[in-house]
Amino acid sequence: MDMDPQALISLYRTMVTIRNFEEIGIYEMGQRRLSGSVHSSAGQEAVPTGICAHLTDSDSIASTHRGHGHCIAKGVDPKLMMAELFGRVTGTNKGKGGSMHIADMTKGMLGTNGVVAASVPLAVGAALTSSIKGTGQVSVAFFGDGGANQGVLHESMNLASVWKLPVLFVCENNQYAESTPVEYALSAENVADRGVGYNMPGVLVDGMDVFAVHEAAGAAVQRARSGQGPTLLECKTYRYYGHTVFDNPRSYRTEEEETYWRGRDPIQLFRTRTLEEGLLQASLLDSIDAEIEQLIRDAIKFADESPLPPEDDVYTDVYVEYPLDGLRRGASMTI
Amino acid sequence: MTTTIAPNTTRELRYREAINEAIIQEMERDPDVIIMGEEIAGGAGREHLGIVDAWGGAFKTTVGLIQKFGSQRVKDTPLSEAAFVGTAIGAASTGLRPIAELMFVDFVGVCMDQILNNAAKMRYMYGGQVKVPFTLLTRIGAGTGSAAQHSESFYSIFSHIPGIKGVVPCDPYTAKGLLISAIRDDDPVVFFEHKLLYPETGPVPEEPYAIPLGKARIVKPGADITLVGISKMTLVCLEAAEKLQEEGLNAEVVDLMSISPIDYDLVLDSVRRTHRLVVVDEDTPRCSVASDICAAVADEGFDYLDAPPKKVTAPHTPVPYSRPLEGVYIPNCDRVMGVVRELLTGG
Repeated sequence: MDMDPQALISLYRTMVTIRNFEEIGIYEMGQRRLSGSVHSSAGQEAVPTGICAHLTDSDSIASTHRGHGHCIAKGVDPKLMMAELFGRVTGTNKGKGGSMHIADMTKGMLGTNGVVAASVPLAVGAALTSSIKGTGQVSVAFFGDGGANQGVLHESMNLASVWKLPVLFVCENNQYAESTPVEYALSAENVADRGVGYNMPGVLVDGMDVFAVHEAAGAAVQRARSGQGPTLLECKTYRYYGHTVFDNPRSYRTEEEETYWRGRDPIQLFRTRTLEEGLLQASLLDSIDAEIEQLIRDAIKFADESPLPPEDDVYTDVYVEYPLDGLRRGASMTI
Repeated sequence: MTTTIAPNTTRELRYREAINEAIIQEMERDPDVIIMGEEIAGGAGREHLGIVDAWGGAFKTTVGLIQKFGSQRVKDTPLSEAAFVGTAIGAASTGLRPIAELMFVDFVGVCMDQILNNAAKMRYMYGGQVKVPFTLLTRIGAGTGSAAQHSESFYSIFSHIPGIKGVVPCDPYTAKGLLISAIRDDDPVVFFEHKLLYPETGPVPEEPYAIPLGKARIVKPGADITLVGISKMTLVCLEAAEKLQEEGLNAEVVDLMSISPIDYDLVLDSVRRTHRLVVVDEDTPRCSVASDICAAVADEGFDYLDAPPKKVTAPHTPVPYSRPLEGVYIPNCDRVMGVVRELLTGG
């Protein structure tokens, strides 16, 4: 382990923030009967945490419908994210996007995305910008095992490889696309095996082990930054809850399987290893747990107390410039 | 209302050349402008064999760009519209001003998700955090004998999408000015080139100039009836107006130029004076730009009208292959004249 204590603490804080955001935040949303599909990434924390540890604010990531973890790992303020989930004008997107569209351009977070694999070419585009401007940024396209079978991903991997762009394709294989098991839907044994078809390394990673993710991502980011082109990483992981907050995952998976994966919990694995190796103190980790729980409760309080958007916000930011009349005409609007 | 948008020059260019000149001038002006698409140079990667610019575009609209700007900014792509259109959108949202070329609008199906769900919605969904200065060049128009998958004029689909703008130039002058505006605009704009117009010549000023998006123009003033043309159909309207003039009827011809925003006010003002409207549209008739304009005039200009607003459009069919069928499909002067006579004489 060649990481300094500050870097280790940072990984831990990020994972615990994601877990608390997903567990406390989504529970509170349910209590308030807030609408819309919300997808929890609890269980998958090691992947965005290990990847984004190598990125700065000027690097870009493009995310999925299950993207809260990506946002947090990229440095988006959980308070603003929570406000966005609650539909408040103080949210990252002024309440215009919700869970599936959280973006923060100041943090290089190009958006969670409601269409599976649709965000992938956006990350390729960010890599093209970096490549043409010669500014050295890398970008990361996150997708799931469901997204692995979308055509746009394959086209994008080919294009990025042909143009040698500085981009990472990161598959979070959480074993299910909604309720469809990966072994049913994937023609290959591993998503990583498909890297060979696009002449890029296809690396299989234990997605429950943040150190394994961190190490693999470090090599891929280095490869991208040095102009050698893209890498495909497949991180095998597991989502603890259903596809959305509404479905019961036991309708398609077993208790035994869930128990197995929970036994490999990324936060627990981190604690066990760092404590056993004497790298961090349990009391420190416990105090971080308490601090983060409070941070998320403060975020909920902030969201709760924030105002809803004014009604005429419905017309703002459709375009940079467009006649208002062109948005309202023929619609018999009352505002 | 009677803004004249017309060239003040004697220099003639072809429609194809006007498009090419607009791209070159914008790429010279702004290093963030790049262009990508299939065959825009042609023979990519064969520089070691002395091959550059093998094609210069499927219709030669991008000829000479790669010699001027190099392969970093003039990028031939694999046949992967979803990837390169999406990549252009991603690049637009991170600091470039990309142009992507979709060879035919009929191919939009394979990349529509990127246009519909990313380009059109990102700014809104993200609460205004991002600009998407992305231009999509594409081609419309029947009459080339290329059948149903290379001939559609589906600009109505784009007019329907909030977040997208679109322009439909009918001559070299508007082609250059609207393309310059499209590229400079900070929103996604689709630029619809009509394939049959490429060899057409017309006056085009040499210096760069921008024709505002969302404005229509009156290309022939008149008092008896308003003919609104979209893209090449503006030329059909002018042809009809000329014939009507011989019969002593004075038609006003409006060139719509932009399918989003739509200049409803100019059309309404024209109908207020002429009391009759025919919209001529090569696209199919349902949920179309033509039906939208007729609806707006019926809604807001009901009192101006002495006759029902009418459309002359393609039928609700795919574009047929065989010449006589394709000839029937495309709106022409005779069909316009028939409708005008019906409106003016009651049959």
